[in-house]
Amino acid sequence: MSSNKKYWKSVEELNENSSIVETLQQNEFVEEIPTDEFLGDKETLESSSTTRRDFLKYVGFSTAAASLAACEGPVIKSIPYVNQPKEIIPGVANYYATTIANGFDFASVLVKTREGRPIKIENNNLAKANGHANARVNASVLGLYDSLRVKNAKKGGEDISWSVFNSETKKALNDASASGKDIVLLTQTFASPSTSKLIEEFSNNYANVRHVQYDAISESAALDAFQAKYGKRALANYDFSKAMTIISIGADFLGDWQGGGFDAGYASKRVPDHGKMSRHIQFESNMSLTGANADKRVPLKPSEQKLALAKLYSYITGNSAGGAQLSQPLDAAVRKAAEELRKAGSNGVVVSGIQDVNAQTLVLDINQTLSSKAFDTKTAIHTKQGSDSAVTQLIADLKAGKVGALVMSGVNPMYTLPNASDFAEGLKNTMSIAFSMKEDETASNCNYVAAAPHYLESWGDVEIKTGHFALMQPAIRPLFDTKQFQDALLTWTDNSSTYNDYIKANWKETILNGASYNQALHDGVFVSASSSEVSTDDTDLETPSNNAASALVASAKSGAMELALYTKTGMGDGQQANNPWLQEFPDPITRTSWDNYVTVSKADAESLGLVNENVANGGLNGSKVDVTVNGVTINNVPVIIQPGQAKGSVGLSLGYGRTAGLKEELQTGVNAYPLYQNFNTTQEVSISKASGMHEFACVQLHNTLMGRGDIIKETTLEIFNTKDKHYWNEVPQVSLNHIETPVTSPDVDLWDEFDRSVGHHFNLSIDLNACTGCGACVIACHAENNVPVVGKSEIRRSRDMHWLRIDRYYSHNDTFEGDDNEKDNADGLGLGNYLFGDREGNGSLSTFGRMEDPADNPQVAFQPVMCQHCNHAPCETVCPVAATAHGRQGQNHMAYNRCVGTRYCANNCPYKVRRFNWFLYNQNDEFDYFMNDDLGRMVLNPDVTVRSRGVMEKCSMCIQKTQKTILDAKRDGREIKDGEFQTACSAACGSGAMIFGDVNDKASEVAKLKEDDRMYHLLESVGTKPNVFYQTKVRNTKKA
Amino acid sequence: MKKSYQSLEDNSTNNMKHVIYRNLTSKILHLGFILLLTFSTTLLAQEDPEKGKSLFNTNCASCHRLDKKSTGPALRNIEARLADEQGLDRDWIYAWVRNSPAVIKSGDAYANKIYNEYGQTAMTPFPQLSDDDISNILAYTAAPLPPLPEDPCIANPGGPGCDQSKPKEGSNTLILAALALLFALLALALILVKRTLKRFAEAKDIAIEETPKGTSIWKAFVQNQFLVLVTAIFFLLASGYFVYGYLMQVGVDQGYEPVQPIHFSHRIHAGDNGVDCKYCHSSARVSKTSGIPSLNVCMNCHKSISEVAPETLAEGETYGVDYNLEIQKLYKAAGWDDTEQEYTGDASPVKWIRIHNLPDFAYFNHSQHVTVGGIECQTCHGPVEEMEIMRQDAPLTMGWCINCHRETNVKVKDNPYYTKIHEQLSKKYGVEQLTAAQMGGLECGKCHY
Repeated sequence: MSSNKKYWKSVEELNENSSIVETLQQNEFVEEIPTDEFLGDKETLESSSTTRRDFLKYVGFSTAAASLAACEGPVIKSIPYVNQPKEIIPGVANYYATTIANGFDFASVLVKTREGRPIKIENNNLAKANGHANARVNASVLGLYDSLRVKNAKKGGEDISWSVFNSETKKALNDASASGKDIVLLTQTFASPSTSKLIEEFSNNYANVRHVQYDAISESAALDAFQAKYGKRALANYDFSKAMTIISIGADFLGDWQGGGFDAGYASKRVPDHGKMSRHIQFESNMSLTGANADKRVPLKPSEQKLALAKLYSYITGNSAGGAQLSQPLDAAVRKAAEELRKAGSNGVVVSGIQDVNAQTLVLDINQTLSSKAFDTKTAIHTKQGSDSAVTQLIADLKAGKVGALVMSGVNPMYTLPNASDFAEGLKNTMSIAFSMKEDETASNCNYVAAAPHYLESWGDVEIKTGHFALMQPAIRPLFDTKQFQDALLTWTDNSSTYNDYIKANWKETILNGASYNQALHDGVFVSASSSEVSTDDTDLETPSNNAASALVASAKSGAMELALYTKTGMGDGQQANNPWLQEFPDPITRTSWDNYVTVSKADAESLGLVNENVANGGLNGSKVDVTVNGVTINNVPVIIQPGQAKGSVGLSLGYGRTAGLKEELQTGVNAYPLYQNFNTTQEVSISKASGMHEFACVQLHNTLMGRGDIIKETTLEIFNTKDKHYWNEVPQVSLNHIETPVTSPDVDLWDEFDRSVGHHFNLSIDLNACTGCGACVIACHAENNVPVVGKSEIRRSRDMHWLRIDRYYSHNDTFEGDDNEKDNADGLGLGNYLFGDREGNGSLSTFGRMEDPADNPQVAFQPVMCQHCNHAPCETVCPVAATAHGRQGQNHMAYNRCVGTRYCANNCPYKVRRFNWFLYNQNDEFDYFMNDDLGRMVLNPDVTVRSRGVMEKCSMCIQKTQKTILDAKRDGREIKDGEFQTACSAACGSGAMIFGDVNDKASEVAKLKEDDRMYHLLESVGTKPNVFYQTKVRNTKKA
Repeated sequence: MKKSYQSLEDNSTNNMKHVIYRNLTSKILHLGFILLLTFSTTLLAQEDPEKGKSLFNTNCASCHRLDKKSTGPALRNIEARLADEQGLDRDWIYAWVRNSPAVIKSGDAYANKIYNEYGQTAMTPFPQLSDDDISNILAYTAAPLPPLPEDPCIANPGGPGCDQSKPKEGSNTLILAALALLFALLALALILVKRTLKRFAEAKDIAIEETPKGTSIWKAFVQNQFLVLVTAIFFLLASGYFVYGYLMQVGVDQGYEPVQPIHFSHRIHAGDNGVDCKYCHSSARVSKTSGIPSLNVCMNCHKSISEVAPETLAEGETYGVDYNLEIQKLYKAAGWDDTEQEYTGDASPVKWIRIHNLPDFAYFNHSQHVTVGGIECQTCHGPVEEMEIMRQDAPLTMGWCINCHRETNVKVKDNPYYTKIHEQLSKKYGVEQLTAAQMGGLECGKCHY
């Protein structure tokens, strides 16, 4: 049967007389293709030296040559030392104790060096009081190999030699001194006894010398309050391991509050011990890391925080503050907190992050009244000493032309000052020298730029807390022609000794009391009964009011919308902005990398018409707003709707938006410092919606658990103490012959059991109670395992390469328990209601649809997830080339050279921990991060393969580290002690949440943890029998 | 080039049979000494230069040489020189040798001069040397400079080992060529004969019986499908075999023997001198890399060894290398001034060419094999002590590694680390001795991470 169908080619065919149709019957195209145009006229084509044939010949030849060349292996040269230093053995790592003191982060650390190159920062376990290495400190090693560092001294952008620099600057200083103008040293907080002494000597050498210390993120209020009360410019120390009740009002003490470093003490009391754990109540506006860990979190605006603190004070001491009142529910919450605090007595502690001298005075008063055990004024913290009024005075003096010379070190005021333009104006009136590692915003505006060394190339000393001294020693010869600030001071004071000798002499004289300097240098820390003097100059002091509480209440002016500026765990004050590890580090709370943003509450977002939406490619988009504080506007700031954000408040992080001395890809976010007016983190603000949507790089789009209790198991302290473990830590069951059988039973197992009794069997325990979500492990893993940085657009495509992620979940109801109940109560599909009704009710469609949204003030849970190293691994069975296989020691091996990149394993992994190399991330200009330059590649760990394109990778449970531990023991001919086995993450974990070890060693800590009642496996019902296990989270919640 | 190499090698192998480096001298030297012996015995019956030589080698040679300044001064004719120039007699020498610090302390002018000249390092006292010993040493140092070893070929061009005629290899080709020519001529002759005969036959009208032509062998072959099939399969298999063989050797550098910036002979160091491998490659004991020795390790010995013995030098010629020049290269790299006996500080590291290159994805640790496993270096590196130039002896393929892991027993004795695991595993496998494979040495992740 023939068909009479007519096939229409275009709508033009409807028109019978169409010329187009006619032409198309003859020709392929309607219009003649202008071939002449692109082939040019014949003459030029013929006169061209490269004919088509030639071209093909060249292509053929070059292809053949390339393939021939590929057949021959490259000649690899090996260059040994001429004179090998005794302590260096190629292939064996050396560790040196040193200290980071960059003005924002202070910690005693160990530096791992290989063949003389520092490659990793680890915790110095001898330094108990000095805090552990946080994410930024872990990442700081990459700053050493920053290709944009200043490589020698500069004058007006031109390179000059140090001898010229020395003579010219000295002359300038003498001139300034002679002219009667001020010489100002504007520095970071060094907290260094030797530097203080040196600056004193410098002041004696020149007339009118003033030393101004400047912290980019000021703690001036707390310092002033402490100084007024205790006569010393320092901060009170808090040992949270001695506190059973912690009330925090706006203090992100697990973040960067007052220098940070409190997490280890805090975590130690968060693990239930004999039925007891600490109780933590947090009053705050932004959802902070600390608030996320709290047992009870009360969101309230910054102005209300002041009232809450005043109220708390009055409830504790009985002195009424009067004035404005809190709303009824907030007042009740404060009253209840005060009650708990009073009950706790000396076991309680109050901390606050309110930047107000009266507020800080109240905190000191309350803790003194409680005679809190956690509150320590003797071992005070010295790492913040900046004074707001001194900085303000300096800017005024600069503008007035009273300053003859300005020497800066470790500061970047042009970026961090809210009134940077005033500073820039003043800078023109003076001779300026900046000691800087980068040509940053400030250095590029100075007369002289003195290339400063990285802390891993410097000498130094720090008194982190009273009597707790730390030494800084170089772990590598300076890579560039650099000179540290202290050496310049020595030159200017005609002191011929080096700073190293200077420190040594100073320590022998004042600190060591006859103890060995070499031992102190070896340990990196020294605890001394004596303490260096901290300046007690109180001329610039802001004094607290006599009635601090009423003054605080009076100062609490409520705005329609209030801004709370904060620092992100990854970026801090922004001095490490050129560090791709930190840029790619997902924020623990928002799980967003490569950006800062305004966090708004859901209610405010609705009223302002702001949205967050997930788009088809899996990325998160958000609206933009213009933020205005006191006439200063920042335009087009992206918005993230943050569950837990107090209504009427917004948050914005400092440290982003830098432009000078940064690679283009790393110039991310907006600079919020212009809003940091009067060095106050809370401001009245107005927000207006701007046009357009911002593309975020967010690694977690599902924010709630939807009642899936087998991912994060949690319970309350009350249930934990009173009920059987089967009640709150139930093992999932399956039906075998209609009998409910636990999935752990071999009867329901499809797999043959391996014999795991022989040799080592590695397990990792992760305690969800101790984990604060700080992310130090993420960066440590990055550094140890040569994990590449993929950049914002790849992250947005969910192609992040982190082997270890910390999932963060919000509850949909007020508690996760409520979520479980809601899920359990779901009944039927509820399709009708879902499609046509109000989508309420308990049909499962409606229920789960609802449960995708987090609550306004949700409970938060963190869960570090890496490869679970399943004993019955689903990935292994599906690999067509057996590239992933099981080891007897419990590790799931991944042979990169065998992998062909089918990605079946990633699809079959229930934990989604496998990462695929979509591109070649090293030596590829498309990914111009640390692996693309020779300098940055120096940080790579030589014991771990740098993966290539097209292979799967994942956590190896740091097999290079376990194998090394085993080999060391074999070589020494000894058994392995518990604690010797470590992974990068467990070694980096300062809070003790991650414990790694050999479960076949029955005496080991991890073996005991495996038998703990709280132990459970992630998605146990899948039956994968992982070698990573978690400890059920216990919350110290009280029935309302 | 090839020729001289060949002939000299023959020569050297003859010598090597009875020459042990450094302890024996050439025949000529021997002769000289025998002459000297007879000569000296007539003068000083109690002095024995032969004994003196062995004493010199054991006690003095680490710091002194006969004709060249080393750590200490040159010692040729020292007694005569001291007597002539300084007026010092043999008793002074006795005192100096037995306890030089004492002589220096006594304020002796010449002693102090020497002491200061040589960087204020006093000579090690040798109280154990008797007067006779010292006399013997002096007798040895008094021996005249030996004549340069003559090239036997210059003296006697027709002598053994100096054959000037074409080498055998060359003559073989010649014979073969001649034979080929002969056969070609024969074939030509046959064809000519056949043609002539044919012409004769034509002329005489003799009909040559034409054998009926069958199908040609090629046509028959093409028609025989079975044969075609078999041949095709054969060719496919054969080419498959060769392609596989070719592909399997890609990236396998067995026998890789690059020319190094300094001609370093493992044969001399590890073989003739018996230097322990781990003396130079010390990090093999503790590290993943065996380590190419740094130049200061070379200089430990080469500070006092600036020249090789003449017979070693001669051996070097067989490899077309002057060992003394190579030592000079080392001095230059290390920045060592041999005449002044001091470092100039002008060093330039040697860029060796790496021979054993494992890919980045394979982890190998020397200390595991050397220290823990007690494996001889030669197991993987071959007879290094016989290699003039270092080469890659093993294929270093994964199959090669695995084979060894399957066959090699783990050295568990006297290692408490292994006690428990050995007990458990040997019970499990029912064996006394565990192989590396049974210990888990075949798991991917043990070498790939």
